[in-house]
Amino acid sequence: MRSEAAIAGIGATEFSKESGRSELRLAAEAVLAALDDAGLTPSDVDGMVTYTQDTNQEIAVAREVGIGDLTFFSRVHYGGGAACGTVMHAAMAVATGAARTVVCYRAFNERSGRRFGQPDARVGGEPSSQGLEMSWHVPYGLMTPAAWVAMFARRYMHVSGATSEDFGRVAVAMRRHAATNPAAWFHGRPITLEEHQASRWIAEPLHLLDCCQESDGGVALVVTTAERARDLRRSPAVIAAAAQGSGTGQMMMTSYYRDDMAGLPEMSVVGTRLWEMSGLSPADIQTAILYDHFTPFVLNQLEELGFCGRGEAKDYVKDGGIELGGRLPVNPHGGQLGEAYIHGMNGIAEAVRQIRGTSVNQVGGVENVLVTAGTGVPTSGLVLTRG
Amino acid sequence: MSAHDREETGAHEELMELAAKQAALGEVRGAPAADPVNEPMIRHWLAAMGDANPAYLANGVAPPAMAQVWTMQGLGPRQPSPVDEVMTALNEAGFTGVVATNCDHTYHRPLRVGERVTAATRFSDLKGPKSTALGEGYFATWTVTWYSEDDPVAEMLFRVLKFRPKERKKPYPLKPAINQDTAFFWEGVKQGELRIQRCGDCGELRHPPGPLCPTCRSANRDHVVASGLGTLYSFVVHHHPPVPGRETPFVVAVVELPEGVRIVGNIVDCPVEDVGIGMELRVTYSSMDDELTLPLWAPREP
Repeated sequence: MRSEAAIAGIGATEFSKESGRSELRLAAEAVLAALDDAGLTPSDVDGMVTYTQDTNQEIAVAREVGIGDLTFFSRVHYGGGAACGTVMHAAMAVATGAARTVVCYRAFNERSGRRFGQPDARVGGEPSSQGLEMSWHVPYGLMTPAAWVAMFARRYMHVSGATSEDFGRVAVAMRRHAATNPAAWFHGRPITLEEHQASRWIAEPLHLLDCCQESDGGVALVVTTAERARDLRRSPAVIAAAAQGSGTGQMMMTSYYRDDMAGLPEMSVVGTRLWEMSGLSPADIQTAILYDHFTPFVLNQLEELGFCGRGEAKDYVKDGGIELGGRLPVNPHGGQLGEAYIHGMNGIAEAVRQIRGTSVNQVGGVENVLVTAGTGVPTSGLVLTRG
Repeated sequence: MSAHDREETGAHEELMELAAKQAALGEVRGAPAADPVNEPMIRHWLAAMGDANPAYLANGVAPPAMAQVWTMQGLGPRQPSPVDEVMTALNEAGFTGVVATNCDHTYHRPLRVGERVTAATRFSDLKGPKSTALGEGYFATWTVTWYSEDDPVAEMLFRVLKFRPKERKKPYPLKPAINQDTAFFWEGVKQGELRIQRCGDCGELRHPPGPLCPTCRSANRDHVVASGLGTLYSFVVHHHPPVPGRETPFVVAVVELPEGVRIVGNIVDCPVEDVGIGMELRVTYSSMDDELTLPLWAPREP
């Protein structure tokens, strides 16, 4: 699969708090925009991939935009952890010949419709394996993503010596990047570390500004063979490596029973695969898109992926380390904290722009971009390369 | 005897005195029925009951079971009865629930069209307090006799249970899903036991539980009762958003047990600012509603 496939097109709706449109319409708009970007038409598409939580069936999106026969469709599990997994599945499909042109998409009204950040008493209600897993936590009121992450963050602080201010430096970096990105919800609205510290508690040790926003919007990507992509409208972002990862004793957001709770073993699984497959190392990455639904896990990812050692991320992010101009600019678009929460799909689009050299916050000399997906859950990652 | 018990005894004595007084009134006659026994009412009643027997209307007699129909109270002013005061007193004493337990009819003869009946009520007795499935209560019994002139045509013994409704806790909204693999744990907490799954073959302890031993794959399951001691491993203080059934802020912790497993639970009986990693804890059980008990954690040294 290495370098066999490429992302040839990206498309998105606007990012808002109230789209005023159905989720299916958002998906259709994003898919059409991505195909247009690639210089392809719906009739070129023969494969579709989305996430298990998407409310838009592949066939429904296909009907809306005029995609005909499909020879490949797949749904990747585990919420935001699926983002890069969609591209991996698409790359496998085009590399094996199962499909020639695959569209990956994610569209939702996550702010004006069903909000993932709100407690849902039903999650612990049914005796599915996930319902039973949740049942060790939901009865105690531990039932929001912020609180699930906060449990890890507290332990990480205890073990590594990281502080709330270290988490805050991630938020400040993302909002700085978003401030100069017109597509970002927080365009023109940077924050200071003091504002981060003064923001109200959501789930201690997480402040409001440690938590990503909730957004309405859709993003789509077009994946085809690298060879074909080179003949299309845009310069390709070649998929040098793609991987999914789940760790021993894995749970959904609540893997509290397996280790020291100070890391993300599933991201280490992904990182190891990405470096092996691509033949690259952290030193070869000019900018990284790290999933930032909550700030603490950005620190964990820097450690799991090998950008720094265990417990060293707090030093890595100091002095603008992950800001534009720093040692590793992370999320130049502003991430989910700053641009929009489209379950990681908008980050993949930014990685493609960085490879093309067309980002509004372009990092100089980009050859390789690392992208990760949702953390605390079974996850995935990509390395994209010029070519 | 506690003040509460004295109060209860006083209320009981007052009820029994009132019941004796009402019984001593004997039979109290009401006003004659508004209408005489008539064919239209008989026809409607037979239709409503699905009784196709043509003999009643052909012979100009009413079905005996209609006795109560002729003197049934309409929407106008109620006719007083010796039962009323007893019911009012029971309601005031908190026995607000009511369920009819007996209704025995005795028929002396059928009523004929054109006869006009009068009901007479006799309060018989009040028995209690009794423990029942519905709650503590009193059985009140009275009889009604229907007369045509002075000729008794039908009698009815009527008994009700007036009970104090059991106080039910508001259902707790955050219920766990439970199946064959986890039921032992939730049954344990109801009995005040913190149960940890143990492999029946290799003896390994495991929480959360599951169908197989992750080490030796045995499905032979057993459990041990934990000591109830624990150490705080990590925690969150939940502020926002609001959680159903909970008041914010509240603390949820991962607790490490000396038995070697971890469990999640709330920290209680401790100011939020005093909660910290490494804190020594002991389990406590909290009844969340009539069905669910949760194991929670309190500081070991108060």
